[in-house]
Amino acid sequence: MSAASPLELGDGPPRLEAGRCAECGETTFPLRARCPSCGGELERVLLPSRGTLWTWTTQGFEPPTPPYRPDAGTDEFVPYAVGYVEFDGLLRVEGRLTEPDPQRLQIGMPMEVVALERDGHVTFAFASVDG
Amino acid sequence: MDERPEIAIVGAGIHPFGRHEGVSGLAMGVAAVRAALADAGVAWPDVQFAYGGSEDAGNADTMVSDLGPTGLPFVNVKNGCATGGSSLVSAVRALESGAYDIGLVVGFDKHPRGAFKNDPADWSLPAWYGEDGLMVTTQFFGAKLRRYMHDHGIPELALARVAEKAYRNGSITPHAWRRTPMSTDEILDAKILAHPLTQYMLCSPGEGAAALVVCRREYLDRLPDARPVWLRSVAFRTRRPGSFEVFSPSLPLEIAPSPSVDAAREAFERAGAGPDDVDVVQVQDTESGAELIHLAECGLCEHGEQAELYATGATDIDGRLPVNTDGGCLANGEPVGASGLRQVYEIVAQLRGEAGERQVPGEPRLGFTHVYGAPGVSACAVLSR
Repeated sequence: MSAASPLELGDGPPRLEAGRCAECGETTFPLRARCPSCGGELERVLLPSRGTLWTWTTQGFEPPTPPYRPDAGTDEFVPYAVGYVEFDGLLRVEGRLTEPDPQRLQIGMPMEVVALERDGHVTFAFASVDG
Repeated sequence: MDERPEIAIVGAGIHPFGRHEGVSGLAMGVAAVRAALADAGVAWPDVQFAYGGSEDAGNADTMVSDLGPTGLPFVNVKNGCATGGSSLVSAVRALESGAYDIGLVVGFDKHPRGAFKNDPADWSLPAWYGEDGLMVTTQFFGAKLRRYMHDHGIPELALARVAEKAYRNGSITPHAWRRTPMSTDEILDAKILAHPLTQYMLCSPGEGAAALVVCRREYLDRLPDARPVWLRSVAFRTRRPGSFEVFSPSLPLEIAPSPSVDAAREAFERAGAGPDDVDVVQVQDTESGAELIHLAECGLCEHGEQAELYATGATDIDGRLPVNTDGGCLANGEPVGASGLRQVYEIVAQLRGEAGERQVPGEPRLGFTHVYGAPGVSACAVLSR
């Protein structure tokens, strides 16, 4: 795992590292120096491992490189989905979805944080809780 | 509405949009400036100041090498999709200040083919955001639109109708890029680039230029042949905390109104007019869904009303709210620096009654333009005959 990854791999399920503002109470992701809403200081918090799908879309063409790092060992681009997952009472986080099929994605479906191996490094993604 | 508006557009020029091998963006810009000057009946040495810019095609102020180095203050503007709008707002404020009587606004661009490349560092984002494939503008369009359709009951057919109208209007617009009409079936059956958007529902980066000559009311005495269009107001806003913008790794639970809402409201207030008074409209249609969303964000219709508006032809050239009569970004492409001024060019043509085959019937009196871009900027204008 790259040092800059926001994924926290402990004993339990993978969790995402976020920031909670000491001033306004807002939670933001990823953790940064200052609160994007009020400029207050942020403290490091871990988000719950589960949420619900708030919205989604697909990536139907290979993104420009850089900044995109293509999957190693594959010549052909495989379309993927991305979405925002809502963590109850906190915020919505954008990430890749493990399910690429639009027919199997629905707003409101339960999702969980998972580790995703890409090109020799581990990043985060969201998977449907029901598989 | 104020019966004696202060600022007039007296010249409008455009270089055809599309792809122009071997022609630089700056050369297109110069062509648009010459066209605007000729339209106004103004000689270049009489222009007292200029604002202009491009995203990818060079510095506007170097145009003086072609136009003549008269010593005028020429400010380069680089503000993404709002480059044209920012230039226009700056020029209008310069005129309003009384510092100048007549000035020029120009926007031009020439982008490489394919999607825009963005560096996470330029956006204060971590490297993994780009490496993992999250830094693509089309994802924002698809994700915002998917949620909007869910919340307001918009069917996918409405998205196809937006694009169908765009190519139909583009087919009768001489300077448009995409001039072949397309059926809603063809649009819906095309490759999906960002669900629910197919390739024909998204505009492409392109090439083109547009220029305007703007002046104070008193200066019109020196331009007896001018056909002025009044710039009733311009407004320019950026995002507030929590608005849903491109490249947002997270969003708060409370989504704030888009800067389009603020800019449109301010433009109407300054003009002393309301959305119901408008006869012809330009809104940013980077993709089909954006046109639908922006109409409601600007107050021109209710959220959720769009599907019916498009099904009944209300937004057609002969409808009650003609939208993007030149085919918008979908048919013209999006040369970022030029796009916002293309919108104003089109409204000027419509209000003068000089839009030819695409002329809105019934002598439209009031027009509105809206540009929106990353990361949450919007500029709006209200114009009248």
